[in-house]
Amino acid sequence: MEMIKVEIDGQACEAPKGSTILDIAKANGVDIPTLCYDPRLSPYGACRLCLVEVEGARALLPACYAQADDGMVIQTTNEKLERIRKTLVELLVSDHPMECQGCSKSGRCELQKLADKYGIKESTFAGEVHEYDLLRENPFVMRDYNKCIMCGRCIRICREVQGVGVYDFINRGFKAVPGTPYDKPMQETPCEFCGQCISTCPTGAITARPYEDRGRVAALDMLRNACAYFKMPEDDMMKALGLEGWVTRTTCAYCGCGCQLDLHVIDNKVVEVTSPLMVGAGQGNLCVKGRFGYEFIGSDQRLTKPLVRKRGKLVEAEWDDALKLVAKKLKEAKKKTGPDSVAVLSSARATNEDNYLIQKFTRAVVGTNNVDHCARL
Amino acid sequence: MTNTMDDIEEAKAILVIGSNTTECHPIIGLRIKKAVMQNDCKLIVAEPRHIRLCYYADRWLQLKPGTDVALINSMMNVIIEEGLVDEAFVNERCDCDRFDELKELVKEYTPEMASEITGVPADDIREAARTFANAECAAIIYAMGITQHTTGTDNVMTLANLAMMTGNIGKPGAGVNPLRGQNNVQGACDVGALPNVFTGYRPVTDAEVRAKFEEAWGVKLPEEPGLTATEMMTAAIEGKIKAMYIVGENPMLSDANIKHAEKALKNLDFLVVQDIFLTETAELADVVLPSTSFAEKEGTFSATDRRVQRVRKALEAPGEARTDSEIVADLSKLMGYEMACVEPAAVMDEIASLTPQYGGYSHARLDALPDGESLHWPCPDAEHPGTPILHTQFFTRGKGWFAPVPYQAPAELPDAEYPLTLTTGRVLWQYHTGTMTRKSEGINEIDPHGKVWISPDDAEKYGVEHGKSAVVTTRRGDIDIEAMVTERVPNGLIFIPFHYAEAAANMLTNDVVDPVSRVPEFKVSAAKVKAR
Repeated sequence: MEMIKVEIDGQACEAPKGSTILDIAKANGVDIPTLCYDPRLSPYGACRLCLVEVEGARALLPACYAQADDGMVIQTTNEKLERIRKTLVELLVSDHPMECQGCSKSGRCELQKLADKYGIKESTFAGEVHEYDLLRENPFVMRDYNKCIMCGRCIRICREVQGVGVYDFINRGFKAVPGTPYDKPMQETPCEFCGQCISTCPTGAITARPYEDRGRVAALDMLRNACAYFKMPEDDMMKALGLEGWVTRTTCAYCGCGCQLDLHVIDNKVVEVTSPLMVGAGQGNLCVKGRFGYEFIGSDQRLTKPLVRKRGKLVEAEWDDALKLVAKKLKEAKKKTGPDSVAVLSSARATNEDNYLIQKFTRAVVGTNNVDHCARL
Repeated sequence: MTNTMDDIEEAKAILVIGSNTTECHPIIGLRIKKAVMQNDCKLIVAEPRHIRLCYYADRWLQLKPGTDVALINSMMNVIIEEGLVDEAFVNERCDCDRFDELKELVKEYTPEMASEITGVPADDIREAARTFANAECAAIIYAMGITQHTTGTDNVMTLANLAMMTGNIGKPGAGVNPLRGQNNVQGACDVGALPNVFTGYRPVTDAEVRAKFEEAWGVKLPEEPGLTATEMMTAAIEGKIKAMYIVGENPMLSDANIKHAEKALKNLDFLVVQDIFLTETAELADVVLPSTSFAEKEGTFSATDRRVQRVRKALEAPGEARTDSEIVADLSKLMGYEMACVEPAAVMDEIASLTPQYGGYSHARLDALPDGESLHWPCPDAEHPGTPILHTQFFTRGKGWFAPVPYQAPAELPDAEYPLTLTTGRVLWQYHTGTMTRKSEGINEIDPHGKVWISPDDAEKYGVEHGKSAVVTTRRGDIDIEAMVTERVPNGLIFIPFHYAEAAANMLTNDVVDPVSRVPEFKVSAAKVKAR
């Protein structure tokens, strides 16, 4: 691979040829603000927040779009750039409801983070503001266009990554929003409810309805408000509260893709599922089952106690009694009709460790090779 | 998969056969779409129904269910006739005598002859063969549409023949890639939850292997291979199996011909079921043991591309539910055997010590992997970087072994009494027997119940109306189910997803199995339909 050398804010950096300035900055721990950028998407260069100054260049360059050339000398921050960025954020804030308390994105909103960085509470640009109705016509995706900043990430992820293209900009000028064809409810479009749009939306314009409806338990709303009040990102706030462990990285339990999930847990309840960007099979993308199919975990139909059949009915029993009964029956069968009269079905849903112990149990304890699972079904 | 999910994006041609990828493996579907939309990959979809992937395909081969061998043999016929074989690969990496035999066999499978069997136009077969063989690297992706046939093993072998003949094994963007339908089918197989092998696919009949496990586990081990899941059910009906212990499986919905499974389970003297819900199978049990879900335990899952990844405990299990490991270890103790370890991290160490492919895995190592890095087995030792692509230098047996297979029709073909072909599968919204997805609110709003897909012509012919109830009957039984009249199925074919207990497709399916793999022929049964 051909490498190039550039200088970013006085720091010498090396990167593969073809990298964008933003790629190199990220790899070297230099933070350039962005709003329309998502590593899953091709560069777009719309928000202009990532403008940087390159020595000898005729104009400021968008770092997300501009490929770095060998020997480039780049400045990512100076008074002029920061002034431009602040103005850009102020323009966006001028038509964005800044009541961050109560917004489910508070603490992880990219606009909130930038407004806090530039100390913007409200915009100096007064003018007409949008007043859209909240769209919650389908069970998964909730849309609040009042919070939309027109970055086009939802449109692009649906088209480029999901290959479906449910969204496009509809209407013109001030009235333009990323909408569905003819403003149809999403379930009447080819939408697959993967929620990739939710995962990329930088603000609270597109959020997950199961989370809004059932996940926002009181504690979590307090967290959102606290993030807004103390101007702290969610992770820092959780750390400050001693609740770092609220997000657990694990592997999805549906199909065999093995997507990486972050389970957000409050009060022993999964309130939301997200996927880490550019990690594992999904690279931050999930399907409807992975993103929204988690409510079975907290279902009130879960089995919580062993059941034993008595007079034809399954009734609750103590673990000790249930296990003793199973052991007795399996030993009986083994003794009377031989180990091969016992069969065990292990589970393609269980972990490797569980499966290993189950086959070991079958072979070493029962004494038969009658162990299989549903690979064939 | 011989290659990895990330690797799919490298392919210059992809043959998807017997896989409704965007619905059943949506994230792999994204990789295929990306290859097509952004990397100039040619996509060939061989599938009886118009699935969503057809929208992205360069060529859709709409074959009749169960005619895969004829189609692939014919593609190979074209490749040989037109001189598109990767001679260097065949000569260097494969057993050449076998290749001559294959050549001989596929001679008669001209596109015209195969077109008669498959219903795919002869020129489409030719073009598909050219696209696949001419690509710099071409991947084959398949799923249960290939394996769930009485000729499942044959189907897989013909695909392997095609891949080897075109030199598409052991390099990036290629390979033979079966997609595993459940989160840890791959892992369950890897760690020996199979009747004929110990961990790492080592046969129980091999005395040397057995001796190793006998030493590690401190007991004498049985020598005879056990029964497969499908054989267990038949043995239970025959009275040979007296007691069954079923963990996290729901044969009362997932087995072909549910009545057969029901008869088997009811014939047992004792049935214990361990699950997170009172499934249709648990309802028949003598004892039901409450287990934990994936979110409530530590461990690992192995993804379809041999990527072993961590499962971590995010919350406490409800009530008195316990992990499968804890339960089985307690049971073991009560039966007079103490498991050496129960803690998942320690169990993984035991697996690693006994399984060459897993030798380099430990929870500590997986936890320390930087974001975005993964370890695909074989990973024999703690320093090994894993093996993303298999068979890069030689095949497991040395030289590639072509296995010529002739086409055989499915076991049950439509006739005067049952004029339609029934095929089954999944839909995007639901998962397997619906035990989990059907308990998530939004999913049930979008997809509340099952539907039988039927073509407009057939609907008219049999008096079935869109949105109205229909009765579907096969030799095994009948179900009431809402009709969905759609051009996405051709005339003569109906499709029913198998997730729904109240309209269980597997009341209808044929439990005849592939003679080698013992997989039932879920994908082809003869059926009839009428309005209710």
